[in-house]
Amino acid sequence: MASNTERNLIVLIIVVAANAFREAIRDRILYNLVIFALLVIASAILLKDLTDGQEGRTIVNIGLTAMLFFGVFISIFVGVGLVSKEIEKRTVYSIFSKPVRRSEFIIGKYLGLCLTLALNVAVMGMGLTLALAFVGSTTLAANIWPAIFLIFLELMVMTGVAMVFSTFSSPALSALLSFLVFVIGHLSSSLRDLGETLGSQVSKVVFDAIYFVLPNLSLFTFRTEAAAGLIPSANMLGYSALYAFLYIVVLLGIAVMVFQKRNFK
Amino acid sequence: MENIVEIEGLSKDYDVGFWRKRKVRALDDLSLNVKPGGIFGFLGGNGAGKTTTIKILMGLIFPTEGSAKILGSPIYDVKMRSRIGYCPENPYFYDYLTPLELLDYFGQLFGLDAAVRSSRSEQLLNAVGIEEIAWKRQLRKFSKGMQQRVGLAQALINEPEIVFLDEPMSGLDPVGRREIRELIAGLKAKGTSVFMSTHILSDVEALCDEVAILRKGKLFATGDLQELLSRDTGRRGFEVIASGLSPAAVAQIEALSKGAVVTGKPNGIAIEVENEESIEGILRTIRDNYGKLISVLPVKQSLEDLFIEKPDED
Repeated sequence: MASNTERNLIVLIIVVAANAFREAIRDRILYNLVIFALLVIASAILLKDLTDGQEGRTIVNIGLTAMLFFGVFISIFVGVGLVSKEIEKRTVYSIFSKPVRRSEFIIGKYLGLCLTLALNVAVMGMGLTLALAFVGSTTLAANIWPAIFLIFLELMVMTGVAMVFSTFSSPALSALLSFLVFVIGHLSSSLRDLGETLGSQVSKVVFDAIYFVLPNLSLFTFRTEAAAGLIPSANMLGYSALYAFLYIVVLLGIAVMVFQKRNFK
Repeated sequence: MENIVEIEGLSKDYDVGFWRKRKVRALDDLSLNVKPGGIFGFLGGNGAGKTTTIKILMGLIFPTEGSAKILGSPIYDVKMRSRIGYCPENPYFYDYLTPLELLDYFGQLFGLDAAVRSSRSEQLLNAVGIEEIAWKRQLRKFSKGMQQRVGLAQALINEPEIVFLDEPMSGLDPVGRREIRELIAGLKAKGTSVFMSTHILSDVEALCDEVAILRKGKLFATGDLQELLSRDTGRRGFEVIASGLSPAAVAQIEALSKGAVVTGKPNGIAIEVENEESIEGILRTIRDNYGKLISVLPVKQSLEDLFIEKPDED
């Protein structure tokens, strides 16, 4: 049974998360992005005549890619703003004078944005499913959800990355660094292979370090396979979820450690 | 409890400069005690270290040296924070929330029940003068003065034992200042201690029981306000103010009371004398010269005198 302190901690995290969710859903930019992503998905239907019977495949490819890129855009920009905006606008002053630990605040904010992302991904996923149903690809419509789940895991990792950067650097720099992590994170496996091929010990160490330190985002990539009607195995889903969970725990740990030591001048 | 706030040797250095960082001392070895139940005025000019001290007490910045306790607990004790309130200088809150939502959110952070949150929010918004029509309006549409009022309301949502107010009158118009002054006085009447930083001296004179004055990060004076104002400053005992006197009559007064200091005032002249015995002669001279007596008052140091007083040279 949870003790009073543990219960208070959980309640406080939920309260902070609920407010972060409310903040995100009241942000008009978020709606614009989701609407734009849905339009991109819908426009894939228009390509029906050009794809020679492959319309389902095209819609899945375009739809999942749009979902990932718009999702990452939200993760990075809203994730960076979650903490830095609080510091810049001095709203943290009122929060930390109340019985709220900095760790509770960080975790709550993170979970609030994850909840927002889950809602966005669900809305975009529904749009994609409807588009597939519209062109008669009902099997694909049912099979894309595991791939959408993998995208959601990737977005959760990227939100954590953005949050870590925002605890110690400016919003612009945090966004830039997060975007670099996103790009390199998708290439880290290939870079590691390149390091092996080059034969140099230095390049091997450097590319190995990148592979192990930065998130390996290729673990969450299943778009092409999903477009071909494939479903990720339970093992792949489980391993990716475990990797994401552990990586997020480490990221939040770093964010909390940095945030604990910050002076709010 | 002996003291509600105990500060011991608190110092804070800030790093300034981009390439070549150097340290600037914002607060220098501050030690201070605040008794419960009163209104404590924390005074000082711009950059004196008032906000730095309050931020350290609120756990927003870390001291370079020293320690502090609030309600007998170290300042980093999270549980203690459920017993205090804080309104920052020029407060800014989540602009996507309405005042009711903000107070409800902060009430949740204190673990208050929904019914308590709701009733206290309404009561506090009324008390700080936010009209009911604005309760459901997003804070982004609020003026600075209205944000200040919301700031005061949120600082009281948990019915704190002590409330820290950093420049609470900032951004308020004269009517608003009077309302907030009454609110602060009301807090004291209910037994809530108030720690208030300000440089508006009339507010301090009207409200505070005890004060501390900071100068360039150092404690310059502290104690009971009336005692500080009545301490010996080397100024004379009484001041007579009169008008309608000719230069000859003024010269007569100067000759009569040796050592009196006569200065011009917009409404006449002021004569400062050391002892009560000189007053009778001065009053007679004013009467004989058809002058008009305006007032006779004992000379007291004003808070402004104390505020701008130069430190003793060692």
